[in-house]
Amino acid sequence: MNNEHDIGKSAEDFSLESLRAGDRVEFSRLMEANYGKIYRLAMKILNHSEDAEDVLQETFLKAYKHIKTFDGRSKLSTWLYRIATNEALMMIRRRRPDMFSMDEPQETEEGEQEPVQIVDWSYVPEEKLMSSEGKAYLDQAVDRLPYNLRVVFLLRDIEDLSTQETADVLGLSETAVKTRLSRARLRLREDLSNYYGERLERQ
Amino acid sequence: MGQHEHCREMLGSLSDYVDGSLNKGLCEELERHMADCENCRIVVDTLRKTIYLYHEANDSVSIPAGVRQRLYKRLNFEDLLEQVDDQ
Repeated sequence: MNNEHDIGKSAEDFSLESLRAGDRVEFSRLMEANYGKIYRLAMKILNHSEDAEDVLQETFLKAYKHIKTFDGRSKLSTWLYRIATNEALMMIRRRRPDMFSMDEPQETEEGEQEPVQIVDWSYVPEEKLMSSEGKAYLDQAVDRLPYNLRVVFLLRDIEDLSTQETADVLGLSETAVKTRLSRARLRLREDLSNYYGERLERQ
Repeated sequence: MGQHEHCREMLGSLSDYVDGSLNKGLCEELERHMADCENCRIVVDTLRKTIYLYHEANDSVSIPAGVRQRLYKRLNFEDLLEQVDDQ
């Protein structure tokens, strides 16, 4: 149960009863614990700060309105991620219908891209890889992923959700999550290998 | 890597492998293959490093000033802005 004296509260340490009863103070605690994560996720999906803020606000408006229907089977944060991801993807669909496809044409192993860049940059010191330019490149590489791969990558590898939680958030099978994660990671590896490989050669 | 048919077959397993969630049989097969295939070793090492870098670089998105206030305002929660600890 909630203990008001417990300072190190986890994101899940909320009274569902109070939340379902519409307790605003409890709901604002839920917001405090999650708004940063939701904003960052939206920002990484959309790469647009105003849109990310819209998604953030819509997410908590909907959550507040529908918290009575939250069944408690998933974590509250997973439920919020689901609302936020849907909002973000709807926004993309509205604004850039040409760009959007949540379905991938082929789900077979044939769809894996073969690695082309075979450069071993894994031993390069981290401070070199993570220069401010390097960090910016990491973000750009994610932006180049198609949305269906990008969202899976962000939830699994950036937000640290499990395969099952990611599947729940996106309404996909666990197999589809694994396949998309694999593709996303291999594409990013390829992209980073191009980038870091070139820099290694110049030195 | 293209000339190695085996590398192609292994490709779909690498992501599970670096997560430690690949089944034992495939895991052993992949490790046997990597013992003789430098290219696949490099792909696995750089794949692992790629995931690690993203993990380390997280939180690089800072939250602009005002986002929290506007969120509270949108929900008509302004009266709670001061009461809740800004963690």
